[in-house]
Amino acid sequence: MDQITLTIDGREVRGEKGQTVLEVALKSGIKIPHLCYHPKISKTGACRVCLVRINGTILKASCVEPITEGMNVITEDEEIVKIRKWILELLLSDGDHNCLYCEANGACEFQSLIQRYNIGEVKPDRQRTVKEVDYESSNALRRNENRCILCGRCVKACKEIQVMNVWSFAERGSGTHLVADDDKNIGDSSCAKCGTCVQLCPTGALSFQTVSGKGANWELTSTPSICIYCGVGCKIDFYKNREGVLVKAMGNNTGPNNGHLCVKGRFGFDFVQSNKRLTTPLIKKNGVFEEASWDEALDLVATRLTEIKEKYGSDSIGSLSSAKCTNEENYLMQKFMRAVIGTNNIDHCARL
Amino acid sequence: MTNSIRETTVSRGFLVIGSNTTENHPVLGSMIKKEVINNGKKLIVVDPRKIELSKYADYYFAINPGTNIAILNGFMHVLLKEGLYDKNYVETRCEGFEALSKTLEKYTPEYVAEICGIDNPEDIVSAARLMAGLKPMALYYSMGITQFVSGVNGVKSTANLQMLLGNMGVEGGGVNPLRGQNNVQGACDMGCLPNVYTAYQPVTSEDNKAKFEAAWGVSGLSTKPGLTLLEMFNQAIAGNVKAMYTMGENPVGSDPNQHHIIEALEALEFFVAQDIFLTETAKYADVVFPACAFLEKEGSVSNTERRVQLMHKVLQPQGEVRDDWWIVMQIANRMGAKWNYTKAEDIFEEIRNVTPSYAGITYDRAEWNLLQWPCPNVDHPGTQYLHKEKFSRGLGLFTPIEYTPPAEGTDSEYPMILTTGRILDHFHTGTMTRNSKVLDENVPEGYVELNPNDAENFNIKNGELVSVSSRRGSIRIKARVTAKTKPNVVFIPFHFFEACANVLTIDALDPLCKIPEYKVCSSRIEKIQP
Repeated sequence: MDQITLTIDGREVRGEKGQTVLEVALKSGIKIPHLCYHPKISKTGACRVCLVRINGTILKASCVEPITEGMNVITEDEEIVKIRKWILELLLSDGDHNCLYCEANGACEFQSLIQRYNIGEVKPDRQRTVKEVDYESSNALRRNENRCILCGRCVKACKEIQVMNVWSFAERGSGTHLVADDDKNIGDSSCAKCGTCVQLCPTGALSFQTVSGKGANWELTSTPSICIYCGVGCKIDFYKNREGVLVKAMGNNTGPNNGHLCVKGRFGFDFVQSNKRLTTPLIKKNGVFEEASWDEALDLVATRLTEIKEKYGSDSIGSLSSAKCTNEENYLMQKFMRAVIGTNNIDHCARL
Repeated sequence: MTNSIRETTVSRGFLVIGSNTTENHPVLGSMIKKEVINNGKKLIVVDPRKIELSKYADYYFAINPGTNIAILNGFMHVLLKEGLYDKNYVETRCEGFEALSKTLEKYTPEYVAEICGIDNPEDIVSAARLMAGLKPMALYYSMGITQFVSGVNGVKSTANLQMLLGNMGVEGGGVNPLRGQNNVQGACDMGCLPNVYTAYQPVTSEDNKAKFEAAWGVSGLSTKPGLTLLEMFNQAIAGNVKAMYTMGENPVGSDPNQHHIIEALEALEFFVAQDIFLTETAKYADVVFPACAFLEKEGSVSNTERRVQLMHKVLQPQGEVRDDWWIVMQIANRMGAKWNYTKAEDIFEEIRNVTPSYAGITYDRAEWNLLQWPCPNVDHPGTQYLHKEKFSRGLGLFTPIEYTPPAEGTDSEYPMILTTGRILDHFHTGTMTRNSKVLDENVPEGYVELNPNDAENFNIKNGELVSVSSRRGSIRIKARVTAKTKPNVVFIPFHFFEACANVLTIDALDPLCKIPEYKVCSSRIEKIQP
């Protein structure tokens, strides 16, 4: 790889040929504000929030500017701040951004920048186009285009990650808006409900139907784990609220899924906190299950298995372990059957 | 998988056979779509149903269920006849070529097309030529290769093809079975199979017996291979298996020929079920243990590319549920064992000791690093793809494989081929997905897919309730008329207990690995007269 050395804010950094200024800056821990750029999708260069000064003169969008040897980059100066504020004010004036009513409040990239650049209320200087709100048509996704800043991340997420091509932009100028398929409601579109567009949306324009009312973003805590469904083994950040209720699942970037999820990995976990779960041991007495204590149930099983082993031999007992259980649990089950029961009658659903 | 998921970007093309990837491994399906649609890679799809991937394929073969071997032999026949196979690779890395080529002689495109029920034999030639030019090409398969009485042979055929093309042991190539469950790889690795200990160490070996006796501090480990899942149920009916203990399994919903499974469970003297729900299977138990769900526990799982990852406790366990390992340990100790594991990691440390391919994996390493077995020591980076310089047996062995028909043919009484599988929104017996709101709403009930031609012949309209029968039973289910399924083939997703496909499926098994032939049996579909 061709190594390139450049200077960002007086610091010497290195990158590879073909990388952009923004990529090298982020990798080097230098923050440049950005909205349309996202590392998982191709470059758009639309929002211009990421502009930087190159070699003391020209202003360029750092997300699409390739690095060159000896390049000198300034990420922020008086003029850049002025332009950034102007861009953010324009975006703000063109939408209806009331954080009080917004699911993204506290986890909104646009909100963070508005706060960082200390932008107050912006009065629209013209009649704002009222855009579409669709909170009803899909059981998975909500859409409020009045919060959309037309960054295009969702369009690219669907085109380049899920590869369903559901989202696209329609019309022009101030009338530009998002459409699903040929202008269908999301619920009637070909959307596979993977939720990747929501995960990449930098505002509350797209959100999850299932998250509303379960707690503010700053009340949620997340823990990574691995999806329970197929063998891809997607790594997921699971968010729960203060009451310990599971709120949402977001793709983790370090797993084999690289941040992406499918509809099951996004919405398939209600069962864990279902009120139909078994919660106590059960013993069948006269054909009817009765709740039992752990000691009672464990004693009964150990006694009966011992009796059957002694009466009919070890090979009269069989066990089915599970591809849904962990390595440790499976290991222990086969050890139990082999070392304690004394048989190799152990199998699981690998063939099913 | 011999190779890794992240290698889709390296592959120049893909052969997807017997895998509805976008529905059953959707995240990987999207990766393949990205390479094909956005990056112009080549794609060949073989599947009885017009699955989503078939829309983007350069060549698509709508073969009859159970005829994979014929078409794979057909591709290889062309490669040989036209001298397009990788001669250098075959000479230096493989053996058994002579026998293979002899077997392949008769698999002309026309002969194959006849067996497979396809009308595009010329495409077999074109597809084989395309494959020969795609290096590396990755082959992906799933249960559409394995769930046949010829399942083992189907797998061997995929290996034959990829060795002939020189695509084994190279990045972006490989034979890549997509495992259907998040830890089916791990459950196999851990020795939850009747013939092997962890890491596939045979139980018949006296050395292994001695090794595990020493590690576990016991004597008299059995060297007699145990019973497979369906054999256990057969032996229960025969009166030889008296007790069963299931952990997280729902055979009443998931196993073929449901009536037979229920008969077996009822025949048992004692049956213990351990699960998160009172499943259709648990209802037959004498004792039911409530277990932690995956978000309530710690532990490791191994994905389809042999990558070992850690699960974490996200939520507080419901009620009095306990970790599966804790429950097993309590029973073991009541039966004389002296186990004292305090956490999952204690068990993993023991696994590392007795499992050479996991020896180098620790919780700390797995948490922060991408580790794929084999990983023999703590300095080893893990293995991205297998068979790099040589196969585990040395030379790759070509096995001549003849096509053999499925166990059950169609006749005038049961004229339709029934095939079963999963759909995007649901998983296996629906225990989890049907208890998740969005997924349950997306597809609330089962259905049988049939082709518009068949629908017309049987006077069945879309959405109508029909009866589907096989020699084993009969179910009522809604019809979904769609060109996705080819004429004379019907498809039923097996997630829905009230319209359970496994009432109908046949419990014929592959003679070697004992996998049931879920993917093909004969059936009859009838309009229900009002």
